[in-house]
Amino acid sequence: MSEKDVLLSIEDLVVEYSSDSEIVHAVNDVSLQISKGQTLGLVGETGAGKTTIAKAIMQILPDPPARITGGKVIMDGENLLDLKEDKMQKIRGNRISMIFQDPMTALNPTIVVGKQIMEAISLHEKVSSREACRKAEEMLEKVGIPKERYSDYPHQFSGGMKQRVIIAIALACNPELLLADEPTTALDVTIQAQVLDMMNELKQEFGTSVLMITHDLGIVAETCDCVAVIYAGEIVEYGTAAEIFDNPQHPYTTGLFGSLPNMAKEGGRLKPIDGMMPDPTELPEGCKFAPRCRFATEKCRQGRPELRSAGGSHVVRCMRTS
Amino acid sequence: MSEILRVENLTKFFDTSGGKLHAVDGVSFSLEKGKTLGVVGESGCGKSTLGRTVLHLLEPTAGKIYFEGKDITKVGKKELHKLREDMQIIFQDPFSSLNPRMTVSDTIAEPLILQKKLQKVQIGQEVEKLMDTVGLADRFANAYPHEMDGGRRQRVVIARALALNPKFIVCDEPVSALDVSIQAQILNLMQDLQEERGLSYIFVTHDLSVVKYISHDIVVMYLGQLVEKAPSVEIFRSPLHPYTKALLSAIPKPDVHEKSKRILLKGELTSPINPKPGCRFAARCLYACDRCHEPQVQKEIMPNHFVACCRAEELMTGTLQDG
Ligand SMILES: Nc1ncnc2c1ncn2[C@@H]1O[C@H](COP(=O)(O)OP(=O)(O)OP(=O)(O)O)[C@@H](O)[C@H]1O
Ligand SMILES: Nc1ncnc2c1ncn2[C@@H]1O[C@H](COP(=O)(O)OP(=O)(O)OP(=O)(O)O)[C@@H](O)[C@H]1O
Ligand code: SF4
Ligand code: SF4
Ligand SMILES: [Mg+2]
Ligand SMILES: [Mg+2]
Repeated sequence: MSEKDVLLSIEDLVVEYSSDSEIVHAVNDVSLQISKGQTLGLVGETGAGKTTIAKAIMQILPDPPARITGGKVIMDGENLLDLKEDKMQKIRGNRISMIFQDPMTALNPTIVVGKQIMEAISLHEKVSSREACRKAEEMLEKVGIPKERYSDYPHQFSGGMKQRVIIAIALACNPELLLADEPTTALDVTIQAQVLDMMNELKQEFGTSVLMITHDLGIVAETCDCVAVIYAGEIVEYGTAAEIFDNPQHPYTTGLFGSLPNMAKEGGRLKPIDGMMPDPTELPEGCKFAPRCRFATEKCRQGRPELRSAGGSHVVRCMRTS
Repeated sequence: MSEILRVENLTKFFDTSGGKLHAVDGVSFSLEKGKTLGVVGESGCGKSTLGRTVLHLLEPTAGKIYFEGKDITKVGKKELHKLREDMQIIFQDPFSSLNPRMTVSDTIAEPLILQKKLQKVQIGQEVEKLMDTVGLADRFANAYPHEMDGGRRQRVVIARALALNPKFIVCDEPVSALDVSIQAQILNLMQDLQEERGLSYIFVTHDLSVVKYISHDIVVMYLGQLVEKAPSVEIFRSPLHPYTKALLSAIPKPDVHEKSKRILLKGELTSPINPKPGCRFAARCLYACDRCHEPQVQKEIMPNHFVACCRAEELMTGTLQDG
């Protein structure tokens, strides 16, 4: 990967949430690169810090309680973290847009859905309002909602329909970088396929890069060029999709694959990874996965394992990788 | 084996600016005690509306709902209130189903307080027991929802739904927002509860691997109507309705080398507002023919396997040419 292919590079990002008594170490020294026209998958358990990373890129973390205490987010040689708010505002929506995890809070309950899409289009393109309206109808149909529903309010839509409106809004502005935070959790597979195809078209046509945050390994396999696995705010495994799927190395990653309901099998019990992610206010000293890892040794509990190469671009944060 | 719920011709229309929206249209099925009925279908096809209408949280436009033999569309307010103790719902939206200003123990205690049967001390004990049942550590008793991860939040929702010891729970996408490993923990918990308490579930989900894992029977909906109904194993082994076939083909597989051969749904979108009488899938169906524009009746094509498609027999025997 040559340097100039990289659209966005995150270097040693550290984010904390602080309350009166505690500090949540949400993101710990995360480095990631998103190449032009490529999709990077970010997978990991609930609370691992995925949304926090996306919001840090967008500079929309609630401060307080959130604080970025270290690192850089570089786009076109500029550190976004140093930009003034008015400059950042121009980047948001124009160059980077985000599909939020929670559609309910991202839509305005008092405006009809079609108008909300139309407004997003008008904001980024110089078109007549008639044209913007026509485009909004087209976007609705593309996400599988008949244009007759243009004048309905959000509460008249189902959960998945609201999520699709959010997607239509984010895609309407043809961003260079799309941060998609669990974009299809509320959608069935046929509509999901339609939405993933739309993102793919955007990638083909405009060279859009995507950060795909998801817990669905099927979606990762289908859409991502590279994959980063995150655990307790740290990247534990990172590589091309083929490297991660063919040769998962970190015990957490192999556990994730093991807990999938298997479509080929009937009945039986699922095998979740035992235990819970450590409390992010009191992270363990050494390997953060050690309390749940069946391979853990004394050595794992002492020092934090570094990312080690597992061949190619594949890196793993585990003592067992040599 | 006994039937706990039977729904006949259940219908729910909404009035919208464009006309009558057919959210649920003439749906019939029954549910055995201690079993799970999975409800699957496209986003917006009426799954949540069906779940709410079955519990009479929404007034049905037409149709009958028999719960333990009693038609609950006919009972008075007071009796319905009483019946509600036996019928609970777990809502789809994990962000808004808990009150952000209530602690875990207060949230779980609320239905018991409203029921006014137990003393304060007993309620406290009951809450402790419920937290233990769903695997929530005591230290979370005074936590607020935002302080917990999605999996623990869902455990609180389940504990609350169990508080009045119901017989039947409508679960509307209870695990869709959770990652796979926590999803597995919650699904296992729900199965254990079913075995221990003989609970019956209607399990609404768009996730086919989940529905396959948890359901005994499955109904497939398309734009408000029931298009296929069969035992779970049967639906996955031999789907007959063209929509079900497309749905099953679209499951993304966690394998980077196998590019899935999904049947892409193309064609004009059909609106649920004042729909035409024929098959609602016709505009997107590979096999649509003239007969498809007449109303479709549900037929038992194989034992216990019902399909609402005039070409189902041809599809099954493979004598069909693409239309
Ligand atoms: N506003 C906040 N105040 C305090 N802590 C927070 C806040 N938002 C997030 N956190 C904490 O930061 C950590 C990372 O959260 P984040 O939302 O980034 O996780 P995530 O990986 O997106 O999880 P999910 O899959 O549930 O969306 C968690 O421990 C979470 O509880
Ligand atoms: N209060 C309402 N007023 C008008 N229309 C409504 C209302 N609630 C739901 N609808 C419509 O009824 C149809 C079915 O919605 P429902 O929420 O039942 O779908 P769903 O199958 O649960 O979808 P999802 O998988 O996206 O949650 C949709 O077209 C929706 O827009
Ligand atoms: S470093 Fe040790 S504890 Fe951590 S994942 Fe590897 S083997 Fe397990
Ligand atoms: S009735 Fe006709 S249009 Fe409808 S699913 Fe069957 S073949 Fe297709
Ligand atoms: Mg998140
Ligand atoms: Mg729903």
